[in-house]
Amino acid sequence: MSFLSSFMIPFLICLIFAYALTHKVDLVSAFSTGVCDGLKIVLNMFPALLLLTLTISAFRSSGALQLLSRALETPAAALGIPSPILPLTLLRPLSGSGALVVFEDILTQYGPDSLIGKIASVMMGSTETTFYTIALYCSAANIKKSRYAVPASLCADLMGFCASVLAVKLLIN
Amino acid sequence: MLNFLILLILMFSLVTALFNGKMDLLCNQLLDSPQKAVELTVTVGCSICLWSGVMEVARQSGLLRFLSKFFSPILSLLFPGIKKDSPAAQAVCLNLAANLLGLGAAAAPAGICAVSQFQRACLDPSVASDNSILLILLNTASLQLIPTTAAILRLQAGSAAPMEILPAVWMASVLSVTTGIIAAKGMAHIANAKLPSHSKIIRRENA
Repeated sequence: MSFLSSFMIPFLICLIFAYALTHKVDLVSAFSTGVCDGLKIVLNMFPALLLLTLTISAFRSSGALQLLSRALETPAAALGIPSPILPLTLLRPLSGSGALVVFEDILTQYGPDSLIGKIASVMMGSTETTFYTIALYCSAANIKKSRYAVPASLCADLMGFCASVLAVKLLIN
Repeated sequence: MLNFLILLILMFSLVTALFNGKMDLLCNQLLDSPQKAVELTVTVGCSICLWSGVMEVARQSGLLRFLSKFFSPILSLLFPGIKKDSPAAQAVCLNLAANLLGLGAAAAPAGICAVSQFQRACLDPSVASDNSILLILLNTASLQLIPTTAAILRLQAGSAAPMEILPAVWMASVLSVTTGIIAAKGMAHIANAKLPSHSKIIRRENA
């Protein structure tokens, strides 16, 4: 499995470069143009990432994450989400690295093949870091008004969390 | 929305830290976070630069045209007004393909390029268009066919069957992406009904 995923990237790059050479593209200058465009994107996205990192570190270090998880236990139970999963669902839309730490904690504490471990795995596999993505795209494309991007994405996330629980209970338990 | 959420989270954290006696920790973490942001930007930024380069090579060689042919039926359904073989359509296709393959770092520059193209065709480029929002939404949902990160972490934690989650991940992904698309289309409908002038912007959006 890990072989396949590590094979794919070098293979794709070779394939694209080989195709470009056979179609008479100046490989070096095309690649450089692309990298310069990439650098502009990176410069544009830094301010948004800084603000997001600031917010997330405040949210995690103040204990607000634990407090909110405890407060949400009852409504989450109504949706079928077990309480040990809650910190993961709260952190997952905000921070990829933060969610990874919580995910690893859940795996070591409950075991990867337990019900809770499976639900956490499916959640990690079927959702993304929503706020990070929105902030990245909006800042890189100079969008000031994101309109309904946040509520629509959060609808998808909420469904993803509930569906993860449902899918584990239906399919692999 | 994002502005309001950031303030809300920060104020909630401040109050919580006040009652928890974690003010020192909060302050230290806040002062540390610019450095973390630089590290994150360098990590993500390097791969964005690499894949931007590869993407430009693929674009100049015409490789992206194959991709847009492959995706064109879904494309015209999801993104109304998009022109076949336009730079925006090609970038959207590359973004979706990279997402499906699990190359998140490669998906980002393509997606940003597509959103920029969508915005360029708008009357006011600082206001997100419906097509831009839908593409952002597709990127906030996980389209990845094989959840490698989760599987590798499961393997490391000693799972007997790390790939057992696959069918459940697919089911959850499909449900979540479908919900997202329906929500976005519904919200677009409501937003555009409220602002009749905005629908003109959408009709112009055919980069």
